[in-house]
Formats: sequence, structure tokens, C-alpha cells
Amino acid sequence: MVETGHFALVLSFALALVQTLVPLFGARTGNPRMMAVGGPVAVTGFALTAFSFAALATAYASSDFSVASVWENSHSLQPLIYKITGTWGNHEGSMLLWVLILTFFGALVAVFGGNLPATLRANVLAVQGAIGATFFLFILTTSNPFARLNPAPIEGRDLNPILQDLGLAVHPPLLYLGYVGFSICFSFSVAALIEGRIDASWARWVRPWTLVAWMFLTGGIAMGSYWAYYELGWGGFWFWDPVENASFMPWLAGTALLHSAIVMEKRSALKIWTLLLAILTFSLSLLGTFLVRSGVLTSVHAFATDPTRGVFILCILTLFIGGSLALFALRSSRLTAGGLFHPISREGALVLNNLFLTTATATVLVGTLYPLALEAVTGDKISVGAPFFDLTFGPLMLPLLAIVPFGPLLAWKRGDVFAAAQRLMAAFALALAAVLVTALFVDGASVFAALGVGLAVWLVCGALTDLAVKSGAGSVAPAIMLRRFAGLPRSVFGTALAHLGLGLTLLGIVGTLSFGAEKILSMRAGETIELSGHTLRFEGLYPAQGPNYSEDRGRFALLGADGSTISEITSAKRFYPVRQMTTTESGIKTIGFSQLYLSLGDEATDGSVVVRLWWKPLVTLIWGGGLVMMAGAAMSLMDRRLRVGAPSRRRKPTGAVPSAGLP
Amino acid sequence: MTRKQKRLSVIVAGLAFLGAATGLTFYALGQKASYFYMPADLTAASVQPGQRIRLGGLVEKGTIQRGQGATVAFSVTDTQKSVKVMYTGILPDLFREQQGVITEGSFGPDGVFVADSVLAKHDESYMPKEVADGLKAKGVWQESKSE
Repeated sequence: MVETGHFALVLSFALALVQTLVPLFGARTGNPRMMAVGGPVAVTGFALTAFSFAALATAYASSDFSVASVWENSHSLQPLIYKITGTWGNHEGSMLLWVLILTFFGALVAVFGGNLPATLRANVLAVQGAIGATFFLFILTTSNPFARLNPAPIEGRDLNPILQDLGLAVHPPLLYLGYVGFSICFSFSVAALIEGRIDASWARWVRPWTLVAWMFLTGGIAMGSYWAYYELGWGGFWFWDPVENASFMPWLAGTALLHSAIVMEKRSALKIWTLLLAILTFSLSLLGTFLVRSGVLTSVHAFATDPTRGVFILCILTLFIGGSLALFALRSSRLTAGGLFHPISREGALVLNNLFLTTATATVLVGTLYPLALEAVTGDKISVGAPFFDLTFGPLMLPLLAIVPFGPLLAWKRGDVFAAAQRLMAAFALALAAVLVTALFVDGASVFAALGVGLAVWLVCGALTDLAVKSGAGSVAPAIMLRRFAGLPRSVFGTALAHLGLGLTLLGIVGTLSFGAEKILSMRAGETIELSGHTLRFEGLYPAQGPNYSEDRGRFALLGADGSTISEITSAKRFYPVRQMTTTESGIKTIGFSQLYLSLGDEATDGSVVVRLWWKPLVTLIWGGGLVMMAGAAMSLMDRRLRVGAPSRRRKPTGAVPSAGLP
Repeated sequence: MTRKQKRLSVIVAGLAFLGAATGLTFYALGQKASYFYMPADLTAASVQPGQRIRLGGLVEKGTIQRGQGATVAFSVTDTQKSVKVMYTGILPDLFREQQGVITEGSFGPDGVFVADSVLAKHDESYMPKEVADGLKAKGVWQESKSE
């Protein structure tokens, strides 16, 4: 099975080469049969990669320690679920997952792209194949997941304990679906450059893919953030760690792309810019892969450090980013420039959005790469953390957030800011009320905190205003309004939900950072700790045994006003003997949208234990907002105009009504 | 507005954004980036009290003292010099004697380094990269240690 998996991987590499060369050549010479090769090859390539991945997963599930990667990252005592998720909890397996998703998207284009122009489809598949081929080569030459050990060890070295978590089961696949999903936008852009032709229908094809990728990337980042929050035991949700930035940059650029593609589709303007953004977004995904996989950064994600891997990915990076940008420089002048529009208009607002987002992406890029560059040049080691990003990213994002509600309310071509402002009066009044209430009635609220809450409320109410205005609130009868509301295009709901989600996330961030509290205390059993009106009693440490670890569970009782126990919170120190590693399992109690977060420290010689307790108001909204944004993207995808590959479906008859049951 | 004017206005707006962002970035890099030092580098670098830095090295053997509540004192050494560090909070799970750590904070007027965060390695084969490089440069690190 393992060798078959390896063989399938080699075959996939060969197929990826065929998928690159044959359709590309066919498109150049106008040979329809050669162009048609791309589709079936892409589907077969996906099937083979899936088989290869399944072979590795089987080796992991059955603890086949003769496979080096399994030996290094698994243990026979691990629960089955972590044996399976361990498949992508290491460098080799996660790269295999990367190409699996890449070929998956290629196969999707092959299956659903039937109504694409033949040459465009052929070129898209060829570019997709080229990306695949280089990564297959990378895996086969530097990171073979199927390498065997002889003699086979009896027992494995266990998966890194902090990766033995359900969050890990979900985070990488979601993130990769996002990262790699942008490869489709990239392939479409390069294909358009090769053809030297681009029109509004191109944007209509690219937008659903952007939406899909963006949706998954949003989920992946939110999941990763939540995982770090509860698993690392520090109670932070975002560390501005280079690895986090690596996923955040494609997200920012992808968000810009999502917006500029609307302008291109609706108004056939910003064509060249949209194309460039699509290239940049995937380039940032590749850069992220490089930063995380090459080992230039040390973090949880750098499973192993092997310089050849870094150099190889750097070559891939140079080839694709350099190649596509060179092609862009050569060919973009051939593309026809877009239409005209007034600066005060929906288009104008979207351009402003793009300016903010791309500049913000650039500051994150500088903050991420500057320390690396400085160390390479001068040898000085610096760290760029939250203070840097607060000062650069923050000032760029705040005005953007403030103008978000205006965008959807402006008309295309020529908008009226005053009319939009009038419609937003209610939202503004609510936001102002929120600022005043926070400043006056919440203890310890700073001016910034109050303004932050106001901005979040402004975003949420602005999104709702958009829906209300578009269903005719105030000008028509409630019944008609309801009917109009139900009949609004799905993409209008999508926009509103995404902006609303943004507001919720902001509210969560402001709430946690401004109104949170923390306490560190050395406690003995029976003692109580009080924080922000919540009282906890330490019940003591209880040893327990897990399948591949032993732990000391600290049990805490959450006390009510009368001193009775309302519920229990458990935080544990786990010891994994195989890796000789200790981890902290945080104890979390969700109260409304807020959480009590408890983390256990070391036991002192006198039997007392250091306990760190946080009160995190509204913290769940940070990730809840992410879910709402994902729902918005899903809603937009359901818009019939944008259904993947749907452009021509409308013209088909809607299918005969089955009449058998009727008289 | 003609096409030329439109394009010009977009370019001007773009440049304005870039200019503002560049200004902010330079200012922030000058003010907010924290440098990494090992104890022996400190004398040459003349770090002011209150200036935020990251101090890395090994936790010196026999120096960990648990004080009142959650306050811990220990020394960070690069085998040539050592610096006393005070930290209040929960130490990372893998904080031990003679392990590589990175502490972030600033020097108090009494010359004691007050850290607000302490990072240790993630697992048994990981040494913070800066610490490993620094020790290698001082010739007290053997490659085999990492395995």
C-alpha cells in the first residue's frame, strides 16, 4: 500500500507535466484535441493524489512504523483520531495535503469548467498543472512521505502533543483550501495574460473561486486563532507571529481581490488591477508556504529544518512570482483598459477599499520580512510584534472600517454621499449611543475602547441598514418590504453578512482587549479567587491517566452569589512520556459571549499551585464574526449569477415538471 | 473626468497611501521593534533602562528562585556573563534549568531585567533559533546538542 501510494505520487507528477505541456501547446496551435487533454488528466491526477494521500493516512491509522514519517509523528497508544490527523501534522504529510487540494481545485475546473472558452480552460489547467508539477517534484525529491525505515522500529516517537487536538484536524485543511484555492485565480490570470484577452465574463468565472478560497481561508485563520487561544494556554487570540501573518496576508489581498472583481464584473473597469491582485494573492500564499515550510522561522509550524527544502521552495517562489509578474509586465498593455467612473460611486468606494487593503497588506509584509532581511544583511536580530502592527496596520484599518457602511449604499457610476449618509443616520445614532453608554457606564473604559465599541456597532448597524434600504424600508408598506427583503439577491445578503461579521469580530477584539481582566495567584486547595464578579474555588489537584499521557487535573468550582457551586472548570498539566513534554490544558467556561479562561502553572514545593485566570468579555465574537463572514461568502456563492460555472445554465430549460402523479 | 485625470487621481491617491504607510512603517520600526541580545552583548550595546529588548540564553543552573506568589527570579546566561531576570506569571511548560529561553522586557534602574514574557522551546529538539545562533557564535554550542 505504501509503495503503491508512492508510485501514485510519481504518476501524479508525470500527469501534472502532461497537464502543463499538452493543453498549453494545443492552445497555442489551436488544436482542440490537445486542449481537451487537460480535463481528464486533471481529474485522473486528482484521483491518484487522493489515492496516495489515502495510502499515507492508512499507514498512519495502522501505525506502520516502517514508514519514517509515521515513526517520527505517531505512536501506537495515540487515539485513532489523532493518528489520522497526524497524517498532516508534519511537514511531509502537510505538503501532500497541499498538492491534494491543488489537484482537487484543478479537477473542479475540469469538471465544472465545461462552459469556459476552450483555450482559456486549456491554459488555466496548464498553469494549474505547472504549479502541481513543481510541488510534486518538491515532495518527491526533498520531502518524501513514503520513505521507509529498515529495520522498522517497534514504537513511534509520538505526535507533538500540542498538535494532538481536534483544532488541528480542522485548521490545516481549511487553511489550505483557502491558500491553494487562490491558485485558481492565479491560473485564470496567467491564462488571460497568455491569451492577451480579458473581459467581464472572466471576472464572473473568477469571482466564485475567489469567494470559495476566501471563505475557507477565513475559516482556517479563525480556527487557527481559536486553537492557539485554548491550546497554548496564554489566552491570546492573535500574536502577530510571522506564521500567522503568512496566512493573514493572502486573506487581506484576497479580500481586496474579492472587491475589485465586483467592479470588473459589473463595470468592466479595474481589469488589469484585478488581474495583478489575483497574481499577488496567490504569490502571498506561496510566500506563506515558503515562510512556514522552509524553516526560516522557528515555530510550531516548522516541523523540521532542512535547508534544501527552503531553497527548493524559494526556487518555486521565484519561478511563479517572477514568471507571472514578467508575463504581466509584457502582456498587460495588450489588455484593453476599463471603463470610466466618477470617484464618488460604488466603484470609487471599492477602489478606496483596495487602496487601504493593499497598503495594509504591504505593512504586514514589511513587518514579517524586515526582521529576516535585517538579520541576513546586518546580523542584528529584532522582533517585530504587536506594538509595530498597532502603529502601522491599525491606523490603516480604522478609516477603512469607518467607511465600510457607505460602500454598498452608493450607486454605481455616480453616487451620492449625502443620500447615503442620510440613510445611515440611524446606524450613526446607535453607534454614538454605544460610544456614550460605554464611556459613561462601563467601568474603566478608555476613550479608545468606547470608540472601538462604537465602530463595531456602526459596522453591524451599517450592514443592517443596507438590507433595510434595499428592501425599501420607510418608503413601502411592511408587507411589500418583507417580500422585497426575501427577494433580494443572495449576494446582497452575502455583503451584509460579511460586513456584519467584521463588526462582530471587531467587537470581540475591543471587548477582550479593553475590558478583560487577569489575575495570577498562588493557590491551595479550598482557597477562592475572585475576578470581574466571578468567584472560583480551587478544589484540588487530581491525577488522571489518558491513553498516551498522564495529567494533574486542577478542579475549580464556579460559585454562585450564595456560595453554591454552579459549574466546574478543569485545567490540567499533561505529561506525555514519549516526548518528555508537558502541556497545559486550559479550562474554559463560556458565559454568554464571554469566557472565563483558566490556566494552571507549576506546583510549588509547599503544595500550592500558580493559577492564572482571565476574564475575556465578548471573546467568542472574534471567531463567531469569522463564522458570519464565512456564511456571507457562502450566501454570495448561492447567488445564481455566481454559482460555480453557472453562467450559461440560465439559458437551459428549467427541466420538465414530472407530471406522472397528476391526473 | 477624462481617463487621464481619473488615472492620475488614482495614482496620486495610491502614492499618498504608500507615502503614509511608509512613514508609519519607518517610524514604527524605529520605535517598536525590539532587539535581541545575549547577556555578553549587553555591555557593548549600551541598553538603556526601560528600553524594550529580548534577552536570550540558557537558564543558569541553581538560580531559579520562586518568590512571593507567582514571581520567579532566575539568571539567563550565555556561559560568559549572566543577567538576573524577574518574571511574574506562569512559566512555559518547558522552562527548566539549562534550557534555552527568550525573555522579553526591559531593565529596571537596579540592573535587574524585568520580563513580561518568557518563551521556552516547544519540544525537546527545539532551541530558540536566536539562542542557538548566539551560542554557536560564542563557540559553546555543539551541533549534536540539538539532536
